[in-house]
Amino acid sequence: MDAALKSPPKAATRTIEVRMSLLEGNDRQAARNRRRFREAGICALNLVSSPGAGKTALLERTLSEFGRTTRCAAVVGDLATDNDARRLGRFGAPVRQITTGSACHLDAGMVARAVESLDLAGVRVLFIENVGNLVCPASFDLGESLRVVLLSCAEGEDKPLKYPPIFKSAHVVILTKMDVAGVLGFDRGAAAENIRRIAPQARLIELSARTGEGIAPWYELLGSPPGRA
Amino acid sequence: MHEVGIMESALDAVTAQARDHGAIQVHRIVLRIGALSGVEKDALRLAFDAVARGTPAAGADLFIETVPARGRCPECDLEFDVESDFVFTCPKCGRISGELVQGRELELATIEMS
Repeated sequence: MDAALKSPPKAATRTIEVRMSLLEGNDRQAARNRRRFREAGICALNLVSSPGAGKTALLERTLSEFGRTTRCAAVVGDLATDNDARRLGRFGAPVRQITTGSACHLDAGMVARAVESLDLAGVRVLFIENVGNLVCPASFDLGESLRVVLLSCAEGEDKPLKYPPIFKSAHVVILTKMDVAGVLGFDRGAAAENIRRIAPQARLIELSARTGEGIAPWYELLGSPPGRA
Repeated sequence: MHEVGIMESALDAVTAQARDHGAIQVHRIVLRIGALSGVEKDALRLAFDAVARGTPAAGADLFIETVPARGRCPECDLEFDVESDFVFTCPKCGRISGELVQGRELELATIEMS
């Protein structure tokens, strides 16, 4: 800086080509997380949805059923409170709450720090419950093996059309709260078609975490995740 | 508002570049932002005004270039521009593709400084 201040004030204007990703720091950490999970034989899932779509409810049932035979762990992000960690902590799996303060998404560094304090011995599946938000989490790779986007049938069939970036990046889309779909007049065909139009790459699962209806394909996916070596 | 964090990392990079090149004033910053990056241009501008204060980039002109989304049809091996609805319909065979070849960019492209 001193050298710069001493340089002649009428220095010529220069244009510097940088071509650098603004998420370089996050992406580097995400790559480190991914390597670490792979080496430990852990399938990490990044669960994303709007607030209230049922991420925690799905994880409660998953930990209480699937978690009985397969060791799981969870980190869960919210702006404040450890309510979700307490809900998920009742099933014997290691759980860590990340409180982000005002941040609207988890980033790879937050996940790395949370995982650092978790006992991952024997863990096969790590659930990363993102902050409820369908916009910001789309940009942030956490090092997950699978990105799972949840959409509750109370939110309307056209959600994928309104929030394309997150749905475009999904490996799996889960329609939740299907036990009340009838009451809400939810058109599951229209929702499935909208998901197919925006996210044809994604596997679609329809379930109810409350009744357990449709949960089997979810457990099958967790038991043999695609791409696992 | 993750745009604030993204703009902070952009300005960290800009400040480092200015220092490395012995510049004291940044005149113009060009960002390339993909249509499917999930980042809002207006929010980036708002963040820039707040975050640039007290840095060599204060008062610089921020130019944000939008990188349109492009898809690829694996059946036809064809790349194509995507309309604003982000449905990747192959113009040749009409199939919907999930392959994105461009549109997620969040990039610091160039800096003008002296």
